[in-house]
Formats: sequence, C-alpha cells, structure tokens
Amino acid sequence: MTPELKGFLLAATVKVVLVFSVWMVGVMLATWLERRGSAFMQDRLGPNRVGPAGLLQPVADGLKNFLKEETWPKWVDQPLFLLAPLISFIPSLMTFAVIPFAAPLPGFDFTLPMVGRFTYQGPIPMVVADLPIGFLFILAISSLAVYGVVLAGWSSASKYAMLGGIRSSAQMISYEIALGLSVITVFILSGNVTLSEVVAAQQRTVWFVLALTVAFVLFLISAFAETNRLPFDLPEAETELVSGYHTEYSAIKFSMFYIAEYAAIITMSALITTLFFGGWDIPFTQWDEESPSVARFAATLLAFGAKTGFFLLFYVWIRWTLPRFRFDQLMELGWKVMLPVALGYITVIAFVVWGAERVGVAEAPALIGVNVGAVAGLLWGLDRGRLLAGARRRERLAA
Amino acid sequence: MAISVRTVRRPEGEVSYLRATLKGMAVTLSHVFRPKVTMEYPEQKSTDDWTLSPRWRGTHRMLTDEQGRAKCVACGLCPQICPANCIKLVPGEDEEGHRYPLIYEIDEFRCIFCGYCQEVCPEEAIHVGVHYENAEYQRSRFVYDLERLCAQTHQVSTLWDPSDPKGE
Repeated sequence: MTPELKGFLLAATVKVVLVFSVWMVGVMLATWLERRGSAFMQDRLGPNRVGPAGLLQPVADGLKNFLKEETWPKWVDQPLFLLAPLISFIPSLMTFAVIPFAAPLPGFDFTLPMVGRFTYQGPIPMVVADLPIGFLFILAISSLAVYGVVLAGWSSASKYAMLGGIRSSAQMISYEIALGLSVITVFILSGNVTLSEVVAAQQRTVWFVLALTVAFVLFLISAFAETNRLPFDLPEAETELVSGYHTEYSAIKFSMFYIAEYAAIITMSALITTLFFGGWDIPFTQWDEESPSVARFAATLLAFGAKTGFFLLFYVWIRWTLPRFRFDQLMELGWKVMLPVALGYITVIAFVVWGAERVGVAEAPALIGVNVGAVAGLLWGLDRGRLLAGARRRERLAA
Repeated sequence: MAISVRTVRRPEGEVSYLRATLKGMAVTLSHVFRPKVTMEYPEQKSTDDWTLSPRWRGTHRMLTDEQGRAKCVACGLCPQICPANCIKLVPGEDEEGHRYPLIYEIDEFRCIFCGYCQEVCPEEAIHVGVHYENAEYQRSRFVYDLERLCAQTHQVSTLWDPSDPKGE
C-alpha cells in the first residue's frame, strides 16, 4: 500500500468510528434533553437521579431494554418484524455521513514502526463522505426510513400498528416533496448540491436563513413531518393508535425505534444547521475559514454542535406547544399549502437570481429585499388565515 | 370533506395560526424558568404546599399501657366490624380475670383502611396510622402480629378533624 492510501484509510476509519460514537452519544443526550426539556416546560424536574443531572438515565434505559424479555406476538411476520427497526435506524445514520460537521483538519505525514508511513496531502474534510451528489443522497436515503415504519405496521398484525404505518407512508411521501422542493432554492444560490459547498457558499455570502426565510420555514415544517414529531406525530398518536407502528414492539427492538427517532431528529437538526445556518461557520468572523488547524476544528465543531443543539431543543419546544394535527389537515397543509408555496418560491428565487445578473444588481441585496417581501407575504397569509384556512373560512367558502 | 366538524364562530384575528403559535411558544418557554413543583420523594417527604394529612389512614398501630402491654382487652368489636375480615383475634384471660389477646393479627393486604377498627375500639387500643412506607420482601410479612403492631411508632390517625367532627 502506498503511504497515501494508508493515510486515506486511516483518516476515513478514524472519522467513521468517531462520528458514529459521538453521534450515538448525541442520541443519548437527545433523549435526555427531550425528557428533561419536556419536564421543565411542564414545571417538573424530569429524570435527575442517574448520574449528574440525570445524564446517565439513557444508559439505564438502554440497559433495561436490553435485558428485557423479547416478545413475539403470535401472528407477526417474523423476518419483517425484526427487519423493520433496523431499516428505520440505518437511514438516519447514513444520512449523517454527508453532513460536514467542522472545519477541515490539517493533513498529516508520519511513520510508525511495523506499519510504515502514513500521509494525507492537504486538509482533511471533516465529513465522513464528501459525496459530490450530497443532498440527493440524503433525499434518496431518508426516503428509506418510511419502509421501517410501514413494515413495522404491516408485520405487527395489529390494526393500530397498521393504521400507524399507513398514515406514516402517506405523511412522509407528502412532506418529502415539500422538503425536497424547499431546498432547491438553496442549491440555486449555492450552485452545488454538495453540502460542504453549501456551507462554503454561506461563508462567502450570508446564512441562507436570511436570504431564503420562506424555504427555511417550509424545510422546518417538513422536517418535523419527516421525523414524525409533534405536531405531525400521527403515525404514533398515542391517544388514537395506542402508539402506532411500534405498539407490538418491546425490549431491544423497541429501543431501536426509539434510537432511530432521535437519530433522525439529530440528523434533521444537523441538516437544518448545514443548509440554512451556515453549518460549522462561526458568524461575524473570518478566522474559522483560514488555513486548517486543530483549534479551528474544535471551535467550529462547537459552533456546529451548538446550532444543532438549539434545533434539538426547538423540537422539544414545539412538541409541548402545538397539539397534533388531524389527518386531513395534515394532508391539506402538505399538498395545498406547502407544495404550491415551495414551487412558487423556487420560481421567485430563480427569477431574482437571473434578473439580478441581467440588470447588474448585486445578488445578495436583491435576495434580501425579495426575502423581506416574501416573509411579509407569508406572515400575512398565515396570520389572517388566508393561506391556511380555518374551519370557519372553509364553511363560508362552501356556502 | 368526509368528516363533519362543528365549527365555532370566532373572529379571524382570534383563529390566526401564527399569533396563536408564537403566543403558545412564549408560554411554553416561560414555564422553563418557573419554579418546579416536583417533590423529590425519598429525601423530601413534605413541602410547604403539601404534607400528609393527619387524617391519613395507613398501616395499623396498637397502643400500649405503662407496662408496655397492649391496651387491647380482646372484646372482639374490631373483627366484628371489619368489613374486609382482616383481623384475627383469639382472646385469652389471666388469673385475675383480665382479658387480653392471645393472638392479634391484621392482614394488611386484606385491609381496606376504612378505620372502623379504630372508631369502634372502646379502649383506644388499635389505630390506623399516618404512615405509608410499607414495602416488604415477602408476602407473609404483611400479616402484622401483635408484637409488630405494638412496636410501631408512627403517628396515629385522627380520623376526623376535632374542630369539625361532622366534616362540614
């Protein structure tokens, strides 16, 4: 093996192992954050016994689920019943592979006894796989998550689980469209679907949340629907479906669904951060974009973690604020509001980019100007019940 | 629409999604910073807001006289009135003709903690107690014998508020 190949393999292995372990710890922290955050929003304290401030509670929960008896309800389709939790778990893991999480590290060149010389030319990008197709990969893989839920619903041989599975397939397919379309505007501005290029484009100009607020709002709503979180948790819907697709699951298989849910939330938060909040970029400074160093890596990793953490909290915050949608309202929002708004917004942004070039105006001020208008329009539409019609308005229209 | 829904007439400003959502989020966030109501149980058994009522009817206690003997005279009223039939009493009599219980057992699993035994007792011997931590490792340990009943030290229930005996 050449030193370059060895260096590449070393860097890749270390990245995979580190990202996986940090990310699994992140899942643990997310469950802790969810439980403690929920408790605080309800004037409770939440789990605070196991470890400092209850931080080891997820470990205890995991251990408990690991040691519990596995139940196999009588009529389940056994292979699919086992496969479903795995299928729902893996996509969110794979999706994270293309998200850049920190500034690049400097390359290395060293020699070890027995194994020889390792070199890595140039900066090491801090992303597990810097795929040129970037976001397309995410769209392709994250769509697979729906199979886990649908198969779980089907193989459980339980009517509630089945209903949950069906709801989830309808919901995820509907919102995936809005999710994909809302991001197209991001790629119009960045000119590239690779996520590290999206981050670079935001460092050059502004964070896309300032230029593309409407796309951000659409993406945020779709992200909630994609991860089956309140107010879009219809596949689970404890009050109606007991707990939907994972009603019949117990022990470690249930734990897998639980991990998968929080894994998906972390991945979505990281994705929101990357697409709209500059990824690992530290705002108001150029320091983090200079030549790679360990200090820059650490600082940008912290910045990325802080932004992602904020969205994790935001998930919890929304969960305890908004009640669950009714299913027809969910579909109506997805198809009659999100889809047209996303399509219209693509058109507007495309015209602005094209027009700014023709007229010779700088792109950024034009975009921000349009953005102010678009946000005002969106707020106007939402606030007066124009885009989203309440029951009364529908009744009046029908009369 | 397939489902028929009763609509409530409200001005459109009130049904605005955005204002309602933002207001709701503000409320949710404000709760994060409010004082918490959780009572951290094993360390903290009562708070300013809450303490166990003196009328609480928990596991029993037999009061004793100055010589440390049970006050019970084995009259048999408590097993008679007990609706759950959880008291086992075998009376005995000493040389001087004083009745005392040879066996006095209460099955706390059968007991419904109505407090009738305390109400009916002419000697104020058997009492229900202001006590609730009763965990045991064996089921048999829940049959309290006379020795155990006498050894309890917790506060006994007042059953009713002396200043308001009819509960008005």
